[in-house]
Amino acid sequence: MIDFAIGHFNVVAYVVLMMLGFYAMTAKTNLVKKLVGMNIFQWSITLFIVSLGAKRGATIPIILRDADHASSDATVLEAALYVNPLPHVLMLTAIVVGVATTGVALALLLRIHKQHGTLEEDELLEKIRSSRNPLVPSR
Amino acid sequence: MIVEQESILVKTLCRLLVPFIQLFGLYVIMHGHSSPGGGFQGGVILGSSFILLTIASGIDEVKRRFSLVALTNLTSAGVILYAGIGVVCLLLGANYLDYGILPVVTPRSVGMLGIEVAVGITVMAAIVSIFHDLITFE
Amino acid sequence: MKYLYLGMTGVTGLLLIFGSLDMPAIGDPNSPASRHVSSRYIERGFAETDVPNMVTAILADYRSFDTLGETTVIFTAAVAVLLILRTGRKRG
Repeated sequence: MIDFAIGHFNVVAYVVLMMLGFYAMTAKTNLVKKLVGMNIFQWSITLFIVSLGAKRGATIPIILRDADHASSDATVLEAALYVNPLPHVLMLTAIVVGVATTGVALALLLRIHKQHGTLEEDELLEKIRSSRNPLVPSR
Repeated sequence: MIVEQESILVKTLCRLLVPFIQLFGLYVIMHGHSSPGGGFQGGVILGSSFILLTIASGIDEVKRRFSLVALTNLTSAGVILYAGIGVVCLLLGANYLDYGILPVVTPRSVGMLGIEVAVGITVMAAIVSIFHDLITFE
Repeated sequence: MKYLYLGMTGVTGLLLIFGSLDMPAIGDPNSPASRHVSSRYIERGFAETDVPNMVTAILADYRSFDTLGETTVIFTAAVAVLLILRTGRKRG
């Protein structure tokens, strides 16, 4: 149990962060706090997948120039010397998608606040249910 | 609605810093080949220089320098440039976005530079546009 | 009601840790994620493109179609915020 936590400390750390974001998304009633929880959740997944590509004793994925050889542009090309570049590439896309989602969510929150005057979930549900809109099922 | 800063120290310091931030953003885009960086990172740095200018000098000054029409045109220009490089490769006979056929010395490297510049332009214009819309909503 | 959410969070966290008991240890160079295609990118990336930065080479040459979709996503986000927030109402 303890050697699982030491050998896989990235799993334990990022599951804790993910569960913090999950609790904020479900238990809080303010819409902005839910949005912040979604952001924490998405960042924990990004960091976890980047940590899956780490290798012991390896450097960043930019090709080194070998200064010992005679020619000035000899490069060192072993697969065990560089960190796996593929999770970095996939998570660049994920970060940009997260920024786009947060921007659109903030715009929606501005419109909701302008129309109803509040950003609490239970007050919003009361106002929408009693608004005599034929598409909303009233109690 | 963000109005101009009252403190003249903050306003002057922020306006002095903005050209250096833009120069650094351009450096990060152009040196994506041999150091950490690339299109997305440099585009965000360029966009955040305009956000700093908005905080220092107010939204009206930035709208005077960088109009809304130019912002929207730049967002689409980046995507069209990206797809256009692919169509040029298609017209010269290879597959879509296959840079080996461009008539320059190191074709794959030059094709990648064009792609990164296009992505940087789109990301900068999109971030400034989203920020401007969130600020000027009443 | 809060205890229900706390319980859900705890159960989900335990399920996630239980699901990752078979994963390789961190820093293992022989893990399945680092063997099949990423070793090809590392060994032959500099010879086929001329770019030392492997992340930019994969993003803009080997997987440039995904980057095109990515750029379309951020363009769509800017257009969506424009549609939601610009009402064209004149002030005063």
